[in-house]
This record gives sequence, structure tokens and C-alpha cells, in this order.
Amino acid sequence: MAMQPRFEMMRRFLRNRGAMMGSLILGAVVVIALLAPVVYPGDPLRIVGPAELWPFQDARFPFGTDALGRDIAAMLAHGARTTLLIGILASAASTVIGITVGAVAGYYGGWVDEAAMRGTELFQTIPNLIFILTIVVILGPSIAHIIVAIGVVSWTSIARLTRAEFLTLRNRDFVQACRAMGLGDGAIIVGEILPNALPPVIVLSSLIIAGAVLFESAVSFLGLGDPNVASWGKLIGDGRELIRTSWYVCTIPGLAIVVTVLSLNLIGDGLNDVLNPRLRDR
Amino acid sequence: MPLLSVRDLEVAFPTRRGVVHAVNGVSFDIAPGETVGLVGESGCGKSTLGRAIMRLVPIAAGEVSVAGRDITHLGRRAMRAVRPLVQMIFQDSLGALNPRATVGRSIAQPLVVAGWPRDRIHARVATLLSEVGLPRDAVDRFPHEFSGGQRQRIGIARALALEPKLVICDEPVSALDVSVRAQVVNLLADLKAALGVSYLFISHDLSVVEHVADRVMVMYLGRIVETGTAEMIWRAPRHPYTKALLAAVPSPDPAAQRKRAAVPPLQGELPSPLAPPSGCPFHTRCSIAVERCRRERPVLEERARGASVACHLAA
Amino acid sequence: MAPALDVRALQISLFTRVGVLPAVDRVSFTVGAGETLALVGESGCGKSLTALALMRLLPDPPARIVGGEVRLDGEDLVRLDERTMQGMRTKRISMIFQDPAGSLNPVVSVGRQLVEVIEAHTDLGRRAAIDRALELLDLVRIADPRSRFGEFPHRLSGGMCQRVMIAMAIACGQRVLIADEPTTALDVTVQAQVLALLQRLQGEIGMAMLFITHDLGVVAQVAQRVAVMYAGRKVEEATVDALFAAPLHPYTRGLLAATPKAGEDRAARLTEIPGMVPPLGNLPTGCAFAPRCPVAGQRCWAERPALTEAAPGRLVACFAADAVPDRIASDAAVVGS
Repeated sequence: MAMQPRFEMMRRFLRNRGAMMGSLILGAVVVIALLAPVVYPGDPLRIVGPAELWPFQDARFPFGTDALGRDIAAMLAHGARTTLLIGILASAASTVIGITVGAVAGYYGGWVDEAAMRGTELFQTIPNLIFILTIVVILGPSIAHIIVAIGVVSWTSIARLTRAEFLTLRNRDFVQACRAMGLGDGAIIVGEILPNALPPVIVLSSLIIAGAVLFESAVSFLGLGDPNVASWGKLIGDGRELIRTSWYVCTIPGLAIVVTVLSLNLIGDGLNDVLNPRLRDR
Repeated sequence: MPLLSVRDLEVAFPTRRGVVHAVNGVSFDIAPGETVGLVGESGCGKSTLGRAIMRLVPIAAGEVSVAGRDITHLGRRAMRAVRPLVQMIFQDSLGALNPRATVGRSIAQPLVVAGWPRDRIHARVATLLSEVGLPRDAVDRFPHEFSGGQRQRIGIARALALEPKLVICDEPVSALDVSVRAQVVNLLADLKAALGVSYLFISHDLSVVEHVADRVMVMYLGRIVETGTAEMIWRAPRHPYTKALLAAVPSPDPAAQRKRAAVPPLQGELPSPLAPPSGCPFHTRCSIAVERCRRERPVLEERARGASVACHLAA
Repeated sequence: MAPALDVRALQISLFTRVGVLPAVDRVSFTVGAGETLALVGESGCGKSLTALALMRLLPDPPARIVGGEVRLDGEDLVRLDERTMQGMRTKRISMIFQDPAGSLNPVVSVGRQLVEVIEAHTDLGRRAAIDRALELLDLVRIADPRSRFGEFPHRLSGGMCQRVMIAMAIACGQRVLIADEPTTALDVTVQAQVLALLQRLQGEIGMAMLFITHDLGVVAQVAQRVAVMYAGRKVEEATVDALFAAPLHPYTRGLLAATPKAGEDRAARLTEIPGMVPPLGNLPTGCAFAPRCPVAGQRCWAERPALTEAAPGRLVACFAADAVPDRIASDAAVVGS
């Protein structure tokens, strides 16, 4: 189906300075993540130098080394891959689940809606982090399980938003016209209503990536993350003991998380400005 | 054989405060090539009636037949065969079109659903655009790029795609400016002459209905209170509500208005559909109501050829 | 007697990203006490902007008054600072809008809203204000005002909300009431009630009323004089009888011909005005109506017609209108006074 002129939307997006900065920062992170195996080949978790080397002391280790002598820069770069991967996949999973539940609840109403909403509320009342930790502990620490855990926790806000959009849109005359043509429910939900309901959902989705990054960091920080993979949370966790002396081990990945989450929020704001029809001047 | 036949139709909506009988026992026919106007004020059930005929809202009781076939309880598969016969035009031209679909896609949609081959669809869309007076390049543009009147034409093109015999027009011109209204009304008349469609023209605007309709039905609180030819309704209305409606319509003739100013307008408000009055639904506001009106609900009866009225006291 | 409201050469521009658009272009009119002037036009003609400008309620950005005067009993509202203008609003000049339920605060009872208005603009204390509010509710024919006092707007019908709006608008005995399409969203029987109410109140209070509408039938019912607007300009002004009997401007004629009238020959097509209102950013040089005008001549495309007085009290901005002096003279005789 033809979409609205994309270049117009992109121009609006880039005019928002925060969004542009956020895009640049995130772009840099993505590039680092992609180039990590090229610039730092091999296992980032292997010991490569003296322990607790401060940043900018040695040209080989621009960000220094940690308690075991592992290259922080290498772990940071590979960690970017892990973090982004988990963030994007978890967000995608929760978006898919959330849209499905919300669309069905919003379109059909009645007991379907009731059941879906009670289910959503059930998931909402369980404290997120504890739920995630529980799932990871039960299933075992691996990237896939972390993604599943975060996805299971984050879908509720998307479901609510999608449901709200569907409740509004399903009464629009163009939907009635489609029903009058004999179009089936599935075709109407996916082909007619969903494209119109997506804009605010996309915005929320981008913010969920930020949330997923934070969750993953928390899980890894607590030592429940995948032990074979470098991640920013793991870096911080491993550097817990060194906070008083070699605090750079915690601070550098911490900054990376802050900067990434900030850029995601800026992008989300920019998307909201572009995609939210009420803000468009007529 | 009438094109559309409605018998004792009832539509009810359960709400938190009780059941609303939006349509309460309505019966009428529409013949091929006829334009029937349905007038009434908000809450009278005229829009709901239109949607019930299209099977867009659930029917509580009664039956609807199209070209002799009872469609009241048909399943989706069976309705597919009937859908091409009856189509609808909506009031809100912006809401009636998918904002993310091009005009071409919106108009072609009924054809796609009916399984037409692509090249025939392209040709048909082009024909429809010219029939409603829109330029060819409209195909690739979006609804928000058009004015209200043009969007209404797009809606009309879409409704005509499958060559329906009956088009239900739900307040098609109410949201348009006066000069644009004339364009759309004339277009509908031209299409009727060219294609022989029937219209069920639903509107609260009596002047427009009088202009377009052959026969008129007046609705109040879910029931039809009077029917007749357009001329009979206007020259000699029988039901007190019809008389009050006509008296309330402002006419662009200052001298006539001054004469009318002496007659006080209809008092009171529409009763809540959750608690309709006993007996005749209009008796609470009727200037000539008597005891019988409060106890006994009048039935729609034929008083003269083609003219029926539901009133104990009407001639 | 000096008019209650005297608008002179009002100019409103829209400052948008695509440029500065002349939304209202030197529009002038007067409304006397006890008189109703109807401002007629279709969407985009600038009538609503004009109304908002009189109340100094234009949304800025993008709209702003860039010229002209609005004299209320001699005082120019355009030059007033915001504080003084706030004192004027509702006290001396008030407005009622198209969507009655949307104009009322949904979380405050109607009685309290009315009392707030009274207390803000008069010296009445709480008790006296409540009494006055009940009086006003009765004046606008709301049945059983005491029980309605505590109701919230969503409980009232559209017609009743509009009556409450009217009560708020006349609460302080002001001089000018601006009604912006007050009955467009109402059913026709409710519209008749509200129009009758407005006329009765005007007779009792003697206020000047500026009635904005696109419905010529309503114009015939409530107004004594009419001004027709097109693309931000006033194109014709006359008494109601004169305008309907013999419209001079081709646009006015087109509007009248496009309005279906009861009892008219049904087989006749409604006369259309072809085309659409030109976008403000792309107004034609010359007469704005020329592209759609059935009698447009060379001069119309090149030169903008100025408002001329074709007969006493009859203004029209059209070159073709000059060509019918005899008709006007004879119509003036027919219409009389």
C-alpha cells in the first residue's frame, strides 16, 4: 500500500535538532557494534594485558583494562552488539505480542476485550525487573532467554496503546465501508486499521528499546546475564569491586548506556513529532 | 418486485443504563429507480436504520430483503453475493476514506474484494473518476489533498464501483458548504438518470430531501410517523411532528419568515430513548395530544394513496 | 445614533510557513443597538476569523490583526492592552460558539460556571450572583432552573447547552453579542427554539447582534441586514429584504440559487457554483470570484472591484453590478421600507 510522502516526514524529523543528534549518536553506536569484530577480532573476554590499566596510558588499550586484564574498549565495542541486539529483538518481540493482543481486544470488544485486558493487567502488576530476573533464573542465562524475558514484560504498554487506537479507528466510516464491501475482519485489522494505528506504536516501540537496554544492563550487572558474552551491564557488574580505585571500569560502560538511552529517547521524541497527526500544522 | 423490502425491523443497543431501541418496528419498500428520503432529527434512528440495511449493525428483529432475497441472517459468504447490490455513502468524507490509502486504492477496494482482475480494475476506476467529475491523476493522491466536496465524490465513486442498484446516502451533503452541496446533489441526480440507481437519502435537512426525493418518510424515536410523496409531505403534512419540522425549517424568504414568526416553535426536547413515552412517542410535545395518545400507540396506517401516518388525530 | 459596533477596514493576516496570507482584507461594517447583522459566507471566507478578532481571541500564531479599527461605543478594541480587553470580554462584548458542549467546562456544573461569570464582571456577591444566575436560566427558558443548576454539561442536550451559553453571554448586560454559527450543530426544531430565544432577548435587552452563518434560511429569519463575504473580502451588503429580492453580486446570486427552497420545481437542477474557493495563498489578481463567475469580463480579471454604493444602504463590489441600475431602483420601490 502506498505510504505518505516519506521525504516530507524525514525532513521534519531532521529539522528537530534533538532527533538529529539522537540519530547521529545511535548511528555511531550501530557502526561501532557492526565494526567490533573487525577492529577487535577474537574473543573480547580474553586477557590481553596488565590488569587495571587506566585509560589513555597505553595506546593499545585506549579505555584501559579491567581487574583481569581484559581490554575495556574491545568489551565495550562487542558489548554494543549485545546490547543493541537484545534491545531491538526484545522490543520487536514485545511489539508483536502487544499489537496482536491490543488489536484483537480493541477490534472485537466484548468479552475478548475483557479477557485481554485482565491478562494485560496481570502482567502489568508484576514488578518488571523481578519478573525478568525470575524468568532468566528459571530458563538459564543466555541472550535468547533474556530477550524472551524482556519481551514478556514490555508488551503491555504497546497492547494498551494499540487497543486505544483500534477502539477509535474501528468506528470510523472507512472501516464501516470496508465491512460493507464484505472485507473480512482479518483483512480489515491488518490492512486498514493497523497502518493507521501504527504511528504512536512506533514511537513507543523505540522507547521500549531504551527500556530493554536498561533491563539487560540490570540483569547482566546482577551477574545473571550470559557469561560468555560481553555486555555493558556485565562490564559494570564486573567492575563493582573496583569502584573506589579503578572507577573507570564502571563509568565508561555506564556512560555508554546513558548516551544510548538518551539518543533513543530523542529519536522517540522526534518520531512522535513527525508521526503524531495532531502536531502537524494544517 | 420492490428492490428493498423492510418489515418490522428492530435494532437495539444494550447500554449501561438500559436498552436503547434505536429502530423500533419499521416497515417500508423501495422500488427500482426510486429515491426515498428519510428525515428526522438526531436520535431518531435514521442512520442506524441505514446501517442495519447494510448489515453493519446487528438486527434484533424483523427482516430485510434485497431483490426478493431475505438477507437478515445471511452469513458472510452469502452476503458477498448480495453486497454489490446495496452500497453506502457516508457523511464524514474525511473519515469515510482510509487516510493512508491512495484514492485509487480506496475506489478499487470493492472490486479487489470481489475478485476482479487487475486490468479491469484500472479501467473501471478510470471510468468512475470521470463519471464523478474527478481528474485522472487523483488515483495516486491522498484524501487529505482534496476538498470536502471532492472527497464526497470519491466516496460516491467507491460506492458505484460494483454497479449497485441501491445506494444508501447517510447525510451525504450535511457537512458541505452550500455551493458544494448543490454540486453533489446534482451529481447524484445525474448518476441516477444515467445508471438507474435507487437512493435511500437519509438527512435532517428537509429542504435538500424535498428536492431530491420521490417519497419521504419521517422518523421519530425509532418509528416512522408519516410517509408520502415529497409534494404531499410539503403541501399537506398530516402528522403534528411533520408539521412542526416543516414550520421550523428556515426558508430563504424574509417575508415568509415574518409571517411564520407568529407561530411559536415546537417546545420541549427529544425524550430519552432509554425511557420512551408511553403510547404515542410524540405525545409529550404534541400540541393536539389527547388522553388516547398517552395510552395507545398509533399504528402507521394508509390514509390516501401512498400516504400513511401514525396518529390518532390526523386526517 | 452611533452604532454599538463599528468595524473599519479590519485586516487579519495568517503568518504561516508558506508565507503571509490575507485572511480578512479591509472589511468594514456596523451594527446598531437592537439590530442583527448577518455575516454570510462559506468555509474559508474569513467570517469566523473576523468574529474572533472582534473579541481579540485570534490564535496567534498564526493569525493577527494587522490593520483597521474595532470600535465598541467609540472605544477601539484593537488598541487596548490585554488586561483591559479581558474586562471588556463578556462584560461589554460576548460570543457564543458553534459547539455548545465543547464551550462549557465539562467538570464544573453549569450553575457554577454562570455564577463565576457574573461574579467576575459585576459587583454582585455570591448570594446575589446565584439569584441572578437562576433568573438568567429562567430567561433563556430552561425548565426548572433550580434542579438544572447543579448539572454538568454532558447531562444537558445540545439545545440546553446553547441556552446556558447564551445565559452566560448576556449575564452582564453587554452591548454586543457575536454568535458564530450557534445553531449549525443543532437539530432544526431546537434551532428554531434557540433562534426565537435570541430574537426575543434582543428585543428585551436591546443588544446588537453579529450573527455568523452559512445558512441563508437562518439569515432570513434573524437578521435585518446582511453582509456577504468571499475569500476574506466583503462583496455585498444590504437589508435582508433587498438582498433576497434582488441580489447584486454574482456570488450572492449563486448562493441563493444553490439553496433548495420548499415548494420549488423539483425537476430543476440546483444551480451550482462551479469550482472552489481559491486558496488564500493563491488569490487571483483582480476579483477573487472571477474564475467562478458566470458574467466575468476582462476588467474583472485585471482589476479588483471596490465596494460601491449601488443604492442607499446597498454596497456591492462588482463591475457587472453597475449594469443594473434600473432593477435596483424598481426593486427599492417594491421592497419599500
